[in-house]
Amino acid sequence: MTDIAATPRPESSLVALLRHARYVIGENPVTGFAFALFVLIALAAVFGPHLVPYDPLASDTVESLKPPSLHHWFGTDQLGRDIFSRVVVATRLDFFIAVASVALVFLMGGLAGVAAGFYGGWTDRIVGRIADTIMAFPLFVLAMGIVAALGNTVQNIIIATAIVNFPLYARIARAEANIRRDAGFVEAARLSGNADWRILALQILPNVFPILVVQMSLTMGYAILNAAGLSFIGLGVRPPTPEWGIMVAEGAQFIVSGEWWNAFFPGAALMVAVFCFNLLGDGLRDLVDPRRRT
Amino acid sequence: MMGAPALSVEGLSVEFRTRSGVVRALDNVSFSVAKGETVALVGESGSGKSVTAYAVMGILDPAGRIGAGRAMLGDLDLVAATPKELANVRGRSIAMIFQNPRTALNPIRPVGKQIGDVLMRHGHVSRRAAPAHAVEMLRAVGITDPARRAKAYPFEMSGGMCQRIMIAIALAAKPSLLIADEPTTGLDVTTQAVIMDLINDLAKELGMATIFITHDLALAGQRSARIVVMHAGHVVENAPTADLFANPRHPYTAELIAATPDTAASLDELAAIPGSLPDLRRTDLPPCRYSERCPRKIAGCAQPLPHAPPDAAHIAACWNPLPDRTQRAMPAATVSAA
Amino acid sequence: MLTMVLKRLAMAIPSLIGVVVVTFLLTRALPGDPAVYFAGPAATPQAIQEVRVKLGLDKPLIEQFGRYAVDLAHGNLGTSLTTGQPVATELRNRLPASAELTLLGLLVSIVIAVPLGILAATKPNSLVDQACRVISTAGVSLPVFFTGLILVYVFYYLLGWAPAPLGRLDVFLSEPPHVTGFYLIDSLIAGDPETFMASLKQLILPALTLAIFSLAPIARMTRASMLAILSSDLVRTARASGLSAYTVIITYAFRNAMLPVITTLGMVFSFLLGANVLVEKVFAWPGIGSYAVEALLASDFAPVQGFVLTMAVMYVALNLLIDILYGLIDPRVRLDA
Repeated sequence: MTDIAATPRPESSLVALLRHARYVIGENPVTGFAFALFVLIALAAVFGPHLVPYDPLASDTVESLKPPSLHHWFGTDQLGRDIFSRVVVATRLDFFIAVASVALVFLMGGLAGVAAGFYGGWTDRIVGRIADTIMAFPLFVLAMGIVAALGNTVQNIIIATAIVNFPLYARIARAEANIRRDAGFVEAARLSGNADWRILALQILPNVFPILVVQMSLTMGYAILNAAGLSFIGLGVRPPTPEWGIMVAEGAQFIVSGEWWNAFFPGAALMVAVFCFNLLGDGLRDLVDPRRRT
Repeated sequence: MMGAPALSVEGLSVEFRTRSGVVRALDNVSFSVAKGETVALVGESGSGKSVTAYAVMGILDPAGRIGAGRAMLGDLDLVAATPKELANVRGRSIAMIFQNPRTALNPIRPVGKQIGDVLMRHGHVSRRAAPAHAVEMLRAVGITDPARRAKAYPFEMSGGMCQRIMIAIALAAKPSLLIADEPTTGLDVTTQAVIMDLINDLAKELGMATIFITHDLALAGQRSARIVVMHAGHVVENAPTADLFANPRHPYTAELIAATPDTAASLDELAAIPGSLPDLRRTDLPPCRYSERCPRKIAGCAQPLPHAPPDAAHIAACWNPLPDRTQRAMPAATVSAA
Repeated sequence: MLTMVLKRLAMAIPSLIGVVVVTFLLTRALPGDPAVYFAGPAATPQAIQEVRVKLGLDKPLIEQFGRYAVDLAHGNLGTSLTTGQPVATELRNRLPASAELTLLGLLVSIVIAVPLGILAATKPNSLVDQACRVISTAGVSLPVFFTGLILVYVFYYLLGWAPAPLGRLDVFLSEPPHVTGFYLIDSLIAGDPETFMASLKQLILPALTLAIFSLAPIARMTRASMLAILSSDLVRTARASGLSAYTVIITYAFRNAMLPVITTLGMVFSFLLGANVLVEKVFAWPGIGSYAVEALLASDFAPVQGFVLTMAVMYVALNLLIDILYGLIDPRVRLDA
C-alpha cells in the first residue's frame, strides 16, 4: 500500500515566498528592521488608543506646556494635553490615511493603467492625457487645490493623495500590462473563451501587483507627508483631532519661545514612519526585483 | 632577439574578488612584443586576453588585483608604477583602442575636441594649435572632409568612422605600442579589412608595435607576425604565425585551428572544441587548465608547468605536445616539455 | 536648435490647456453652490445672487469656461474677498518673495548635492559615500516644515545666530527700491549693503530648509548617475588615453552624468514648489504660498484658484526650460530634431 504521506508535499508558493523573505531579511538586516518597525507602527495604530495613559482630548490647563517628564513622557501642550498619548493616538489616523490613499490609488491607477496597456488605442490615449494633465501641476499644490475645492475633510485628503499619485501607478501598470498582453498564458485564457475583464482581473492584475507593492510602500510615506503638510496649513484634519501634522502646526508657535516638545515629538513620529516606509519599499524592491537595487 | 622589446610581460597574475568567490583570471602570463612587431593575442571568450590588456594598461576594474608579475614598457614596470606615472605613459607611449567604437567615444563632445584633448595632454600642443592638429589626425586616418567632420559628434558617424576616430585618438601622441582589443568585431567585413589595413599602415609608418586581441584565429593569421594563444588565463602557445598554423604543438591550438572556418579544409572538418572553460573560481584548479578537456592528457599533466623564457621562438606549455611536424629538431630549452 | 525649442513649446501647449481646464473644474466642483463660496461667509442671499450673475454662474458650463478663458487671456484672475484687491496684482507683487527664496534654496542645494554626489561616486564606500547615502535616505523622510522648525529652534532660539522668523526684512529696515523684487539684488543695485545683509540673514534659514529638502534627490541621482558613467566605455577610453583626473571626471564623466540629473530637476521643482508653501508658513514669508494659505483659511477661493493656476503655469515653464537646458548639453537631442 503506497503511503501517500511519505511523499513530501511540494512547497506552496506562500511558503516559498516567506522563505525567500527570510533570506532577504537575513541578507539585509536593515530591511528586517524596517519590517519590525512597520509592525510596531501598525500595532500602535490598532491598539494605541486603548493603551495610552491619558485621554488625548482631555485638557488640563494647570499642566499646560510642561516639558517632558516622568509623568508626561513627551510633555504637554498648551491645553495641558499629554503629547505622548496624542502622538500614539494620531498614529491610527495617519496610518489609516496612508493605507486608504494607497489602496485607492492602487485600484484607480492600477486598473486604469492595466486597461490602457491591454486595450491600447483610445483607452490608452485618454488615460495618458489624464496622467499628463495631473503631472503638469506641482503635486502638493494640486492636492491643496483639490482639498480646497472638494471640502476640508479627511476623505478628501485621501482622494487628493490618490489623484496626485495616479499618473505613477497608471504608468507602471500600463507598462507591465503591455508586456503581458501578448504573453502565452493570456493568449491561452483568451482562446479558452475568457472575457477580457476576467483576463485583466485574474491574470494580469495579480502579475502587476508585486511591482506596484514596492511603489505602494513608498507612497505610504508620501501620503503621510502629504496629509501632514495639508494639515499643517489648515486643510483636512481639524483640531482637536490628534494628527501629526496639525500637532506640529499647533506646536510651531511655541518654538520661538523654546517649548520645543510640542512640535518635536509629532514631527519625529512623522519622520520615523516615513523613514520606515521608505526602507521597507527599498527592501521590498530587493525581494521582488533584485536587478533594480541601487 | 634584436634589441629591447617594446613590451615584456612576465609572470602576470590577476584575480578578481566577486560575490561568488575569487576568480583567478590570469595565471603566470608571459610574452613579449618586439619593437614594431604585430602580435596577436588569441583565445575563446573568457580566456583572459582583454584582462591582460587591461592589466597592462592599468585600467582593471576596481575588483581586480594584480597578484604578481611585471609588465616592462622600456624601463618602466607598468604593474608597479604609480597612478601618476601610468597617466603619463598611457596615451603617450602605450595606447589602446576598443570594441564598439560608438560607445567608447564621448557622445556629447565633438570628435575633434576629443583628439585635441589627447594632443594637449601628451603631444605638447597648445590649446590654440590643437584643433588644426586634430584635423590633420583625422586626415591621417582617412576621414574625408576632416575640417567639417572635426566638429561632428560620434552619433552622426558610422561604426567604421568611429573606429577611425578612436585610432586617431590613440595614435595622436605617437605611442610606441598600440593594443587593439577586438577593433573590428561588429563592423561589416569590408570595413573590417579597411580598418585593419589602416592600423597596419600607421603602425609601419610610426614604427609602432601592435598587440591585436581577437577570438578570430584566421584574422590573427592574416594580420600578425606572431600569435600568442591563451586559454583560461594561461598562455598555452606562442609562435610565429606561419609556424603556428603549420606546426601547432599545443593540443588546444590544434583544436582552435580545426574549429576555424578559414583554416579548415572543408566544413566536415570543422570541429567543436570539446568541453568548456573551467570555473576559474575553483581553488583546486590543475596546473594545466586545459588538462581536464584535453584528449592528450597523461599522468604527468598534474605537474606544474615550468616557466619558459619569454623570448623563445616557439613555446608550447604542454607536457605532451603534438609531435613536431617540421623535421628540424627544436632546441629542448624552447619547448617546456621534458 | 531653434526647431527643438519650438517643438518643445508646442508640446507645452496641451499641458497649459489641461491646466486651465483643471483649475476651472476645481472651482466649479465645489460642493454646493459656488456662488455662496465666492460671495463669502457673510453674504446675504441678495449678494449671493449678485455674485452669481456677475460671475456668470447661472450660465451653462461651457459658456462659463469660455468666460474664464477670456478672463485669463486678459490677465484677470478675479478679486480677493478678504483684501478686495485683484488676485493677479497681489500675486505679481508677492511672486518675487517666493522666487527669491526658492531659487536661493535650489542654488544652495545644487552647490552641496552635486559635489557630494560626485565625491561619493569617485570614492565608493568611503566616508563621503556613506554620508551621501545617509543624507539621501534621511532627506526624503524629513517633513520640510519639521526641518524648518528645528532650524528655527536651534539657530534662533538656542544659538541666537539667526533673526526671528518674521518675514523678509527686519521691522526697522525698509525694503530697497523695487527693480526686480529680489531684495538681495535690489539692495546691491541701490548700493545698500546694510539692507543686503539684513535680507540675507532673513533668507538663510528658510532657504536652508528648502535646500535640505531638495538635497536628497539631487545627491542621490548625481551619485547614481556618476557611478554608472564611471564604469562606462567612454570613461575607460578617456582613462586609457591618460587624460588628467580632472578631465576624466569633470569634462568626460560629469557632463554625461549630468543629463539624468537635469531630468530629475523637473521632479525636484515639483516638490520644491509645494514645499515653498509650507516653508512660507513656518517663516511668515510674504510670498504667494502664504497668500494662498491665508485665503484658504478665510474661505476666499479666487486667490486659491489663481495661486494653483500660477504655480502650474510656472511649473510648465520651468519644465520647458529644463528641456531646453538638456538640449543645450546633449547634442543628440538638439540635432536629431
